[in-house]
Amino acid sequence: MSESSKPATAGWTKSELARRVAQDIPDGACVNLGIGMPELVAHSLPEGREVIFQTENGLLGMGPAPPEGQEDPELINAGKKPVTAIPGAAYFHHADSFTMIRGGHIDICVLGTMQVSATGDLANWSTGDPGAIPAVGGAMDLVAGVKSVFVITQHATKTGEPKIVESCTYPLTGKGVVSRIYTNLAVLDVTTGGLVVTDLAPGVTMEEVREKTGTELTDGRQGNTAAEPPAGTATRGVGGNK
Amino acid sequence: MIDKLAANAAEAVSDIHDGATVMIGGFGEAGSPIELIHALVDHGARELTVVSNNTGSGRVGLAALIANGQVRKMVCSYPRSANSLVFPELFRAGKIELELVPQGTLAERIRAGGAGIPAFYTPAAAGTRLAEGKETRAFNGQEYLMEYGLRADFALVRAERADRYGNLVYNKTARNFGPIMCTAAETAIVQVREVVEAGGIDPECVVTPGIFVERLVQVPEPAQESELVKEGRSYP
Repeated sequence: MSESSKPATAGWTKSELARRVAQDIPDGACVNLGIGMPELVAHSLPEGREVIFQTENGLLGMGPAPPEGQEDPELINAGKKPVTAIPGAAYFHHADSFTMIRGGHIDICVLGTMQVSATGDLANWSTGDPGAIPAVGGAMDLVAGVKSVFVITQHATKTGEPKIVESCTYPLTGKGVVSRIYTNLAVLDVTTGGLVVTDLAPGVTMEEVREKTGTELTDGRQGNTAAEPPAGTATRGVGGNK
Repeated sequence: MIDKLAANAAEAVSDIHDGATVMIGGFGEAGSPIELIHALVDHGARELTVVSNNTGSGRVGLAALIANGQVRKMVCSYPRSANSLVFPELFRAGKIELELVPQGTLAERIRAGGAGIPAFYTPAAAGTRLAEGKETRAFNGQEYLMEYGLRADFALVRAERADRYGNLVYNKTARNFGPIMCTAAETAIVQVREVVEAGGIDPECVVTPGIFVERLVQVPEPAQESELVKEGRSYP
């Protein structure tokens, strides 16, 4: 599916989903974006909202990709792609970078996932396949230290298996670390009482979301009295400036 | 008179011994000291333990050192990338050892090693497969892993500019692991594009103070790893 094309069924396209995530990033937040779909969030912020992007390879104040021909191999992001630095950016070494990350100075990170569980466990670094070369990068440090961890993902795998499950079968990146899940079908908060659906994509029903999810869901949309308070976001609240 | 400038890369790496632990700077090609690595390939020291975030790309730089059979063990956070050919092949064949370390833990282990801290506790990787066999401890109800500081016999680092005392400034995101690796190695060897007179770097802007640097090599026009890979080049 290309970014602009509409999916066959109802739901958000990738770019609509990125805009939905961006809508929840407050003005002044400092944000780290994972590789792949999370990168779309940088281009999807509402007009007038100032967000500072950190990339763990040593840049605070990351700007968009440079025009063709102006790439600098010494100015890259965590995915090793050329980027730019905004006026007011800062460079730093890796220990300082992870002081920002592990030390709780980054407000939000947006990550892709293979699986996420009802209790906010995240599995996004390995399928556990013994033939694969294990590689972890900075994901475990990010989920351990960033105040709010947002997951952006398709609701199900390409073969229709749920990615939102009772408990992860893939090796964990972190236990109980996810605050909120954004999929092409819905937005879900991770709470002490399980997963709470707070928003549905246009044309999507709760029944459809339940059908494609491997664990129990509470309907917490506005006007639905069954909702529990989103404890996950209360304990690891989305901060503003810091 | 203090002057840390070596005649060339070959001279700078000539005492790296078999079995040495060598930290190699860089995040992908950014900050990778490719001329120093190639000098180490020529020098031929073997059974090395290499600490570096990645394992190189194509068949040049760090990948060439691995391909040449000089590396016994890699300590890194992300040993595969789009163009990594050599490491995956040797790893699958059981010909090279891997210690996989989360990137922030790797950085802090190097920082701690350089700062004389033998071990520390981190929340990263607690409750995961990478915590297996590690000592844990709870602080304020949260689980932490004990991780050891890392030191090395040598560090190979790339910076932008130096003076004869070894004071360094870096270029953009090529800084990455360079400053901490210089602190954690007995002998830090740094290749720089430019060497300036003492005083030519504003003391307020020095990133690595010269005390952490033992040797300098000037490489005014370093090779660009991604270009060499694109051209299908290999070293030697």
